[in-house]
Amino acid sequence: MFKILQKKILAKNVNKFVIEAPLIAKKHKPGQFVVIRIDEKGERIPLTISETDKNNGTITLIVQEVGKTTYKLGTLKEGDFVMDLIGPLGKPAEIEKYGNVVTIGGGVGTAIVYPETKALKEAGNYVISIIGFRNKELVILEDEMRKYSDELYVTTDDGSYGEKGFVSDRLKKLIDEGRKIDLVIAIGPAIMMKVVSELTKKYGIKTIVSLNSIMLDATGMCGVCRVEVGGKTMFACVDGPEFDGHLVNFDLLIKRLNTYKEEERLALERFLKEGV
Amino acid sequence: MKEKIPRQEMPKQSPNERIKNFNEVALGYTEELALKEASRCLQCPKPFCVEGCPVNIKIPEFIKLIKEKKYLESVKKIKEDNALPAICGRVCPQEEQCEKKCVLGVKGEPVAIGRLERFVADYEAKMGVVDIPKIEEEKNIKIAIVGSGPAGLTCAADLRRMGYSVTIFEALHKPGGVLIYGIPEFRLPKAIVEREVDFLKKMGVEVKVNVVVGKTITLYEIFEMGYKAIFLGLGAGLPKFMGIEGENLLGIYSANEFLTRTNLMKAYLFPEYDTPIKVGKRVAVIGGGNVAMDAVRSALRHGAEEAIIIYRRSREEMPAREEEVLNAEEEGVKFHFLVNPKRFIGDEKGFVKGIELIKMELGEPDASGRRKPIPIVGSEFVLDVDNVVIAIGAGPNPLLLQETPEIKRNKWGYIEADFSTGKTSMKGVFAGGDIVTGEATVIEAMGFGRRAAKAIDEYIKTGKW
Repeated sequence: MFKILQKKILAKNVNKFVIEAPLIAKKHKPGQFVVIRIDEKGERIPLTISETDKNNGTITLIVQEVGKTTYKLGTLKEGDFVMDLIGPLGKPAEIEKYGNVVTIGGGVGTAIVYPETKALKEAGNYVISIIGFRNKELVILEDEMRKYSDELYVTTDDGSYGEKGFVSDRLKKLIDEGRKIDLVIAIGPAIMMKVVSELTKKYGIKTIVSLNSIMLDATGMCGVCRVEVGGKTMFACVDGPEFDGHLVNFDLLIKRLNTYKEEERLALERFLKEGV
Repeated sequence: MKEKIPRQEMPKQSPNERIKNFNEVALGYTEELALKEASRCLQCPKPFCVEGCPVNIKIPEFIKLIKEKKYLESVKKIKEDNALPAICGRVCPQEEQCEKKCVLGVKGEPVAIGRLERFVADYEAKMGVVDIPKIEEEKNIKIAIVGSGPAGLTCAADLRRMGYSVTIFEALHKPGGVLIYGIPEFRLPKAIVEREVDFLKKMGVEVKVNVVVGKTITLYEIFEMGYKAIFLGLGAGLPKFMGIEGENLLGIYSANEFLTRTNLMKAYLFPEYDTPIKVGKRVAVIGGGNVAMDAVRSALRHGAEEAIIIYRRSREEMPAREEEVLNAEEEGVKFHFLVNPKRFIGDEKGFVKGIELIKMELGEPDASGRRKPIPIVGSEFVLDVDNVVIAIGAGPNPLLLQETPEIKRNKWGYIEADFSTGKTSMKGVFAGGDIVTGEATVIEAMGFGRRAAKAIDEYIKTGKW
């Protein structure tokens, strides 16, 4: 059992949890994730670790409520427990000095790109960050990102905050302005990572993405997270989750993410109506 | 002359009933049946059956105790050599091992040793008896076991009995390994696995779940924590795919995924349990082993109208246990022999809708001793399907080995370990079960765990590597 020490609502349907997990906190590196199972009848879902406090033995998860499990997690309070937490899983992000790096966070993906932004800054890079949300209500981690970015741009789809448009629009402007970019890290919805990767491919800018495939055991046993990278089948849980965005077959990823759409809707409706 | 008693059949759920539920198919002997079957044992002075058992259970002795109606003593006798009789009585391939060697089998049918083993183990459970075996004097020496499948559980039990302080580290949220995530409820009820694990805990074995060794902690850290030796029973991991077109279409599962959703996550109880599974009207399972049988029979229970085995050789070459093949046939599973998939065909949403198959013929025996299947040019045809389960085996799990390069592996990626001791190329680290042999049986893994336990004891006592 893992105790929730702190819970905070960051935005509409976006919660932050600080959870006691000393072994995981000790080992975590940016880019890695945990698998969480809330209770006995729960499913196993992967969530990327946003932050750790190695001294206090805690990890921070920032979670958007999208399905039954994340909604249920949202009902938990400080002092409650989650049954299982496994990790840290996946290969860590490759943090080194690249020069000028653009880190892009789409929606709650910002929570994942945040620790990498921080690490890249600390590694001596010039960091330009672009974080994008649907609207003002959903903006998260702006101050935190600003702290570790040399430049920060916020976009919203409807223009209610920051620049109107998508993160890819802002990236395009930077490229058009002739800014030198050595590496792009883009983390967010699959469609956003696809658009960014297509854009940077045209300009030959190396781009890393973090794939959010469906997972089950997440330790290399079941193969549900398989993705196609450079025409080869790979497992996001052990070979990833980070891959070269120019080689990823995003259309396949998006299709595979929809495998259980119907069941997910059913489970969520049942939960919201009946509480189980 | 005494009238000859035939081998006693075990009562089973009827095929029509059982394909509608996940409950155990075989119901076990009644006392009357067990006594009748036990009376068939000749009590050979030189019992070959014992030689046929990978852990050398004292078979005539435990059967004699059944004859005397001393069921609890009988199971105790088994437990001297095998900590998990309720499991082995169910899933061991006895026809290849002890029963194959039974003298009665030469002219007729061998004694149903497995069914008797199961009977006494279940009897003990029903009586609620927990008879903890004698633990030798505490040595206060810590040994770590990585993985809680059959190899790990056996190794842990043996070492604990010798007086070691034993900790099992398990990556999943539930201990039992393949017994929990792989073998279906209808063949091995999970309550039995839980009971056996509880038994180990009562013996004083510590079980830590949710610890992925190689990720959460490393082998080096385990040694730093004061453990003097480590046994790796990691099991087979990474599922094998075929490397053909369309393999990543939706609705195509590895057997590991299909069975893990079903067994560990109880997807058949969705939405009461959160994990879903999608099973359409026609499900094709590729492969001819026990895992393929487990998957195809699970598909029926998930409500598939048609469940089909696709196997590239003929019935004779199928590696699955005869008993499981018969069960599958009784349940209405269809078998397409001598065909092999060439590619998978998808619909506009990316779901699989068909398999292009090619017919095969058998040529000369290959390295495995089985006749090699050869494709017949121009014989391709398409089979419409709603789901596919690929059950063609699994490779070694990569996680721990990525982090521990000192441990030498063979060309297939399995750990190189001495067969009689389990010693690896890293001092103090032993390994056994599927991670060394590749996919094998539960009892073979247990045998390996047992040999490793002995070798670990030897290593601790002598310090010799």
